[in-house]
Amino acid sequence: MFNRDRWQEIFQTIRKNKLRTLLSGFTVALGIFIFIVLFGFGNGLKNSFKQFFLDDATNTLWVYPGLTSKPYRGFKANRRIEFENNDLEDIRNNFEFFLEDITPRISRRSIVKYKGESDNYSTRAVAPAHQYMEKTIMMKGRFIHQDDLSNKTKIVVIGRLVAEDLFKDEDPIGKYIEVGSIAFKVVGVFQDQSGDREERLIYMPYTTRQLLEKNNDKIDYFIVSFRPEMGYTSTLAFERQLRLFLKNKKDIDPRDNNGIRIRNVADQIRQNQQFASVLQIIVAFVGIGTLIAGIIGISNIMVFVVKERTKELGVRKALGATPKNVIAMVLQESIFITTLSGVFGMICGIFLLRNIGDRLAQFFIIDPYIESITAMIATVLLIIFGAIAGYIPAKRAASIKPIVALRDE
Amino acid sequence: MGDSSLHVLKGIELQIAEGELVAIMGSSGSGKSTLLNILGMLDTADEGEYRLDKVLIKDLTETIAAKYRNLFLGFVFQSFNLINYKNAVENVALPLYYQGLARKIRQQKALEYLDKVGLKEWATHLPSELSGGQKQRVAIARAMASQPKVLLADEPTGALDSKTSNEVMGLIQQINREGKTILVVTHELDIAHMCKRIITLKDGIIVEDQKVDQILVDTHVQ
Repeated sequence: MFNRDRWQEIFQTIRKNKLRTLLSGFTVALGIFIFIVLFGFGNGLKNSFKQFFLDDATNTLWVYPGLTSKPYRGFKANRRIEFENNDLEDIRNNFEFFLEDITPRISRRSIVKYKGESDNYSTRAVAPAHQYMEKTIMMKGRFIHQDDLSNKTKIVVIGRLVAEDLFKDEDPIGKYIEVGSIAFKVVGVFQDQSGDREERLIYMPYTTRQLLEKNNDKIDYFIVSFRPEMGYTSTLAFERQLRLFLKNKKDIDPRDNNGIRIRNVADQIRQNQQFASVLQIIVAFVGIGTLIAGIIGISNIMVFVVKERTKELGVRKALGATPKNVIAMVLQESIFITTLSGVFGMICGIFLLRNIGDRLAQFFIIDPYIESITAMIATVLLIIFGAIAGYIPAKRAASIKPIVALRDE
Repeated sequence: MGDSSLHVLKGIELQIAEGELVAIMGSSGSGKSTLLNILGMLDTADEGEYRLDKVLIKDLTETIAAKYRNLFLGFVFQSFNLINYKNAVENVALPLYYQGLARKIRQQKALEYLDKVGLKEWATHLPSELSGGQKQRVAIARAMASQPKVLLADEPTGALDSKTSNEVMGLIQQINREGKTILVVTHELDIAHMCKRIITLKDGIIVEDQKVDQILVDTHVQ
């Protein structure tokens, strides 16, 4: 194997047969390259699924009112369900075992003004628990407090981009802005990982919003967080009980699926992760297919190479090359080429993955990567199969009588 | 190719002494090349015995056959069979490589033999840059380089014009004079008469075996 003469022999063969070398090298390099890129993309897809849920707490149920679809207890179908403040209280009292916290949400769009600047923003009227559920990160000041709810104070917590738009370089804390022509005091600035849209929001106490709207007690919808230590099945049980409780309270037929809608984030994540796993399997399948295609490609080329060299191998045998010599020469050359180009393809693939980062985020591929062990195994596999693919025709060529190999065509 | 076998030789009784220069003649299909290939261990006989320098050549494994070919035999083919991506000196050095000689010695010996066939200054040329006669001389140098006991030439002049044929035969005669045993397969009578003994085959048997007066060619090789 480490015979200098043989290596020289091989290097000469490679140098003098560039097309052949290029062809087989290219096949192997391409096979590995595509495998690595595809596999990396699979991981990128998984990453992007993970990120969808990074910005929200995952132990939450989102409860929305809807339109009933069945008549019940004397009510007609198509009745709009509404939530009120006492629903929050009832849930708090009835589900102590499961419940961690609860927040309502009332969303409105308002013209917001500060000095000369004004723009249209979404406001969300919420309870303090909302900060945890949306994973809102405070940059300055504070979030809404319990006191704000009871006092119905006119304070707002504004998003990073709102602060940038309205205040430029000014410090917004303690300043007053007009939200729908009512003055609010800015008590905090926040950021949010899920991006620009979330950072263009304005939060205020939900009681304040209700006060402004003729002191009603209506809620758009609410978010319930349950104890994080709860298992997946308890989550489903909680969801089911909560649904039943609300349907009973709001006089909705228990069989009516439209009166109340509950979005279970934990359940969704689970489904999405399953989906991502399936995707990964598909991608791995495609990748393995590519690898097999590469193996078949290198096999074909090896058959062709040996065929092309039959005469040369015959001459070598006539001059005293043993079958072992012949096989070793063909094999060593093929292993050398596949190893070199395999590693080259692997490095190119890994390099490409490294440089993609979040550039393909629009295709849901974020930070694609491949574990180096997977890349190595794939490369080694291709080299081994390339060697086997080379061995079979080489062995055949070595066992052909030289006279057959030398016969003039 | 395929598995169907054809009986070409139908009983050959032949002894060749050391130092002979034998021409094997016959029309195509007479079995002369087959005989040469059996002698060269490139092919095997179904029946019979073949002794080379008192060694029985029978049921050899490919590895041992390769070794014997390397040590005992030198081949010259009609179509030269030089390796096209190797230059003249590398081609000549190839059997020495399979003998396991060191690179320097191979190089030196190969040059020496190239010099013998008058092609020293063509050492670094590829076969494609050589004329037919030059190629055959390189092939002869290659066959000689491993210092074999017997030189087997299968229609060595078959692809050459008469002038270069004469040159090549002159070289073969010269090598023979130095004591080498040489078998030449040919179907050309004038080539055969440049040898010392002519064996004529027909339909797989020897029909004639005669010593002849060798016609010497001018050994001055250009």
